[in-house]
Amino acid sequence: MTATLYGLTGAALVGIGLYGLIVRRHALRRLLAFNLLGSGVFLLFGAVAERAGPGGDPVPHAMIITGIVVALAATALGVALVLHLARETGRAEPDPPEG
Amino acid sequence: MTALWLLDLCLVAVILAVALSAVAARDLFAATVFFVAYGLLIALAWVRLDAVDVALAEAAIGAGLTGVLLLGVTARVHMEARTPGPGRGMRLAIGAGCAAVSVALAAAVLSLPVPAPSLVPAVEAAIPATGLGNPVTAVLLAFRGYDTLLETLVLLLALLGVWSLAPDRLWGGRPGLRHRARPEGTLAWLGRLLPPIGLLVGVYVFWIGSDQPGGAFQAGTILAAVWLLAIMAGLSDAPPVRSLALRLVLVAGPVVFLGIGTAGLFVAGAFLGYPPAAAKTLIVTVEAALTLSIAATLALLVAGAPERAP
Repeated sequence: MTATLYGLTGAALVGIGLYGLIVRRHALRRLLAFNLLGSGVFLLFGAVAERAGPGGDPVPHAMIITGIVVALAATALGVALVLHLARETGRAEPDPPEG
Repeated sequence: MTALWLLDLCLVAVILAVALSAVAARDLFAATVFFVAYGLLIALAWVRLDAVDVALAEAAIGAGLTGVLLLGVTARVHMEARTPGPGRGMRLAIGAGCAAVSVALAAAVLSLPVPAPSLVPAVEAAIPATGLGNPVTAVLLAFRGYDTLLETLVLLLALLGVWSLAPDRLWGGRPGLRHRARPEGTLAWLGRLLPPIGLLVGVYVFWIGSDQPGGAFQAGTILAAVWLLAIMAGLSDAPPVRSLALRLVLVAGPVVFLGIGTAGLFVAGAFLGYPPAAAKTLIVTVEAALTLSIAATLALLVAGAPERAP
């Protein structure tokens, strides 16, 4: 029951993150939404792990920890790119699509 | 049972509300604060899912370091987005599309196979050979050692990416601005009070990780936070990234892991294999080196590209 509830929450978080990623223009807002999306995927995965029985399945748990660390590394690289973009162009968003 | 169920429902409702607020908030700072709160709440969700190792990582990384990183950049990037976002009709269409993705995932959650597939028996059968008591550490350092080795290399690659954004004249310099805090202020006080406690907790989380929730990643993150706090309180300065000592610390973890992994070819018959008699000693050695490297790498990732000439 708990696993299903958190699994459904993960599914909702993926939708929320995806919406922010598409609708927001500011690069940092997108980075934040990307983190929400990823967190939703982790929660889905964790819910699947919990179904394996009391204590959960350690293999997904280990992979989620790996994922959380890599997400931080990607976010740090993204933040550095945004700072660079802001310094070079005075803007905090990528160029608008042509036309 | 009912009380816990009620707690779960409340927690999930707050998590979704905070996540929505982080996306919908008007300004960037508010969105970031919502996101940090979200990280802490999600850590509670991990406890409820019996994943205490993940909860530790999430609290330290998701809420802690990511929060510092985002709050730091929020203070420096003041401009708003100039291109207007999509119009109301388009936003509705995008919202409907995203809702459809969520509904499809929810349907998948509700139709998962019973009984659930599980690797628990496989882990339980193999864990005595590692001498470890914490199955998550056994998976990270032994059963899926490849993942962890490559992950530490990804961290270094990301750090190289961050450094490479420095202009040529600052290459090899110190990251970020020099922090100064009022000597009698709260930050300077916390900077003196917390590091000894943080160091103790970090070392404990590393050591206990063999048998209880904890391990190199959680411990490394706590140590990184201690270092960043000392830097932000102006008690120590970020090192120049060309420093040889610093670079040795950064690569120590992957090098020790690769070295012991390669030796496994000859003594255990497989790359990243451990001879059962010495497995625990070797794993703890790898973890100790990884903890140091992860702490330095994460702290420097958060500190950013070099901004002061060496």
